[in-house]
Amino acid sequence: MQFFGGSEISPAPSAPTGSGNNAHMMYIFNRNGVCLLYREWNRPLRTLNAQQDHKLMFGLLFSLKSFTAKMDPTSVEKGNLGVPQLPGQGCSFHSFRTNTYKLSFMESPSGIKIILVTHPKTGDLQEPLKYVYNLYVEYVVKNPLYVPGTPIRCDLFNTALDQYARSLA
Amino acid sequence: MAPPAPRTGDAVFANVERVNAELFTLTYGAIVRQLLTDLEEVEEVNKQLDQMGYNIGIRLIDEFLTKSNISRCVDFKETAEVIAKAGFKMFLGVTASVTNWDADGTSCSLVLEDNPLVDFVELPDTCQGLYYCNILSGVIRGALEMTRAWCCMDKFHSAFWCCFKACISPEPNFWCTHQGMCLVRLATHPR
Repeated sequence: MQFFGGSEISPAPSAPTGSGNNAHMMYIFNRNGVCLLYREWNRPLRTLNAQQDHKLMFGLLFSLKSFTAKMDPTSVEKGNLGVPQLPGQGCSFHSFRTNTYKLSFMESPSGIKIILVTHPKTGDLQEPLKYVYNLYVEYVVKNPLYVPGTPIRCDLFNTALDQYARSLA
Repeated sequence: MAPPAPRTGDAVFANVERVNAELFTLTYGAIVRQLLTDLEEVEEVNKQLDQMGYNIGIRLIDEFLTKSNISRCVDFKETAEVIAKAGFKMFLGVTASVTNWDADGTSCSLVLEDNPLVDFVELPDTCQGLYYCNILSGVIRGALEMTRAWCCMDKFHSAFWCCFKACISPEPNFWCTHQGMCLVRLATHPR
């Protein structure tokens, strides 16, 4: 739904209370676009089914990365718009903010993408995202029963993630 | 912005958990021994070791990236240096040296003077052609494949996805001499 005219559309969500209701959703994708993890803590509106939602998110990130690299005023060499770049190459975007949420993004050189959707007043989340990547390595990658490239089904990881998300201010 | 991380593994090596070197060496020796008993063919054992290394490598890369905080390498020369200095130091406790660059700069040798895997090991004549440390070659292959190869999601509607094959392939020139020095030959395919 879109409202044009710039008028106040809806009341902004309540400011983060610090009681742990800040993180809304988290996605983890691998290089190939497989959604390894989707966690939801606070999402009142769901418009698409899960599959489409994941594809949309991945496509959005791909386009945004491509676009930010192309628009980079500091880099000399730019590929053509749309040429896939190796993860970590070129400039990478960190976050975007709307009036109702903020989406933060981190990509590792091995192609693991971590997305966290939070309240718009949240500060920079690069460190927390690195910490989540650390959790991923400890609980998922080091688990010999986990097959890389498949969705994560690991209770310990989910618990650790929930606990960490609650502590995000 | 954080200062660029040093490209050596010393600081990280000081912080990671360590395991007894003898336990590590003897366990690896037991694995190779068992593979030889089960598979009997030296070629098969080499392949299995490489495959095991590959499975380790695809997981190891993430751990390496989180612990060492190293950003993307600019070119192959830098990649080889990072593997030799930071990578080997972090996981084996020893550094390798990068030598023998070819004219194009697309292949080099990583030489391990002091390889913990081969302490106490002497290959008998019946195992000619066995690449004792082939697991290391598999690890490097797996780790590099995760950072360089690019695969496409074919169900996606977008028109500009394309697919590259993995661009790193270590040639199987990994062998162990009786003095314990090990050599990996790394080569890239031009894209």
